[in-house]
Amino acid sequence: MNFQKIRHLAGNYIFVLPAFLLFATFSLYPFLKVFQLSVMSWDGISPEMTYVGLGNFKDLLLDNPVFWNSMGNALFVTVLALTAQNLLALVLAFLCDRDIRGGNIYRVIFYLPPVLSGIVVGLIWNWIYDGNYGLLNHFLGFIGLGDLSRAWLSDPKTALAAVAVIHMWKGFGWGFVILLAGLQSIPRELYEAARVDGANSWTVFRNITVPLMIPVFVLVSILTILGTMQIFDIIIATTGGGPGYHTEVPITRIVQTMVGSSQFGYACAMGVVFGVILLVVSMIQIRVSKMMRQV
Amino acid sequence: MSEINYEIVKKRAINFFVHVFLILVSLSCLFPLWWAFASSLKTQATVFTDLSLFPKIPHWENYYDAWIKSNFSLYFLNSLFYTATVVIGVILIASMAAYAFSRLQFAGRNILFLVLISTMMIPIPGSIIALYVLLNKLHLIDTRLGYILPQINGGLALGIFLLKTFFDDLPKELEDSARIDGCGRFRVYWHIALPLAKPAIAVLAIFNILAVWNEYILAMLVLSNKSLMPLQRGLMVFQGSHVTQYPLLMAGIVITILPVLVIYLMLQKHIIKGITAGAVKG
Repeated sequence: MNFQKIRHLAGNYIFVLPAFLLFATFSLYPFLKVFQLSVMSWDGISPEMTYVGLGNFKDLLLDNPVFWNSMGNALFVTVLALTAQNLLALVLAFLCDRDIRGGNIYRVIFYLPPVLSGIVVGLIWNWIYDGNYGLLNHFLGFIGLGDLSRAWLSDPKTALAAVAVIHMWKGFGWGFVILLAGLQSIPRELYEAARVDGANSWTVFRNITVPLMIPVFVLVSILTILGTMQIFDIIIATTGGGPGYHTEVPITRIVQTMVGSSQFGYACAMGVVFGVILLVVSMIQIRVSKMMRQV
Repeated sequence: MSEINYEIVKKRAINFFVHVFLILVSLSCLFPLWWAFASSLKTQATVFTDLSLFPKIPHWENYYDAWIKSNFSLYFLNSLFYTATVVIGVILIASMAAYAFSRLQFAGRNILFLVLISTMMIPIPGSIIALYVLLNKLHLIDTRLGYILPQINGGLALGIFLLKTFFDDLPKELEDSARIDGCGRFRVYWHIALPLAKPAIAVLAIFNILAVWNEYILAMLVLSNKSLMPLQRGLMVFQGSHVTQYPLLMAGIVITILPVLVIYLMLQKHIIKGITAGAVKG
């Protein structure tokens, strides 16, 4: 009887065993290993690693301007994505929420860039920005602004902004789809009732739409921050971090530190610091949104 | 009377400008893609000077060259293989676990569930380094398995979460009567629960297909042997070694995009429903 029971229980565990094994090997182990390696000095090959305590972190915080510069670059793109990209997404969502003709066609088109890979998008835009044959320069010449022509991705003044534009082009349709769904989930009766009470468009927007949309706004902002701070594919396919360090971002730095200069421990310390920053940012966002909902 | 006319005119004018704006944004989405396609049909000699969107003499042979001579057939088949294996792996492993979390009793069930789906919430940008170290130790660098297993694991959190939610909402009667008829756990899961979960599995499959097809960073770290590379990695290698062969590069890009485009256009309703359902609920 007891044996039967144990067998039965064991059978239940077998259902979760494959998932757990994969998770333990490829998620849990690397996650813990990062912390261990972050206090080591190790080239990734030799069997011996040296314990350096918090040395990696000290060096990273005090003596690695390139890393913090890369963080600043990612932040620049993130701020643009949070404002310009999400504003465009919101405006488009409002326009398509009005039962507009062809609304679904627009939705399908706007969500097209988000389903493509960063590599493909980057490679196509490379050519649009090209200094000699780029479409953008052709277009500027055509409308009489030929003086502005340049190699957009290799000019230090424009490279980061050019990358940001690619990222926003790829991303706005995603924000649009989520915001539109949020708008469509607001019951129409609420709007009608407000109108009957004599509210104008602005009051309806201010007192019905905005409060009900706050959770959606928070979700979109958190995912925009997490996604944009970890930007990588588009950078690799366009500038590779250049010119100089002008478009370096945290992930390109981490990969470079790892496979480029074989400082595995140091790269892990970068990963830990970067991960903690991302975690703190999303927690602050969730806190703020909870406070706003209570007000 | 005239007041009504004024209202109608105003409404039409607004509608007109709204459509103009939406069409402009749509064109900005479509134009780069069409331009890549048009360029893939030009020759190396004309591609920089001929800016036409409909090349007069389309050079379809570029596709033959890209497919055969530039290895894109190889990359394509690799991508197909990786996508199929990862998606099947995720569906099988995630659905089994999800079924257990929803229906079976065992100690530590809730904690295990939370741990397994925690990877969805915690950003761990550094763990790719340790993953690389691990794959190296297991001698899985530059192997298909080393590229497949981490990606199956990557799809599990969302899959388990999605399918558990689905199983939780499913009535239990069918399974109960099957059990009374003497079916074991595994047969109930395989013959009854799994077929019923088709809608959720479809959503899961679509998301994983797109994710695996578009994956790059793991392919970059794990695969350096050309014969193992998927399309995204192949594109970067091609671009690195043939900087100036734009028409062929664009043909490679079209080859890479086409399957995504077909799947997206066929299943766009499910895809959009999938992202929005999760977002608006959560």
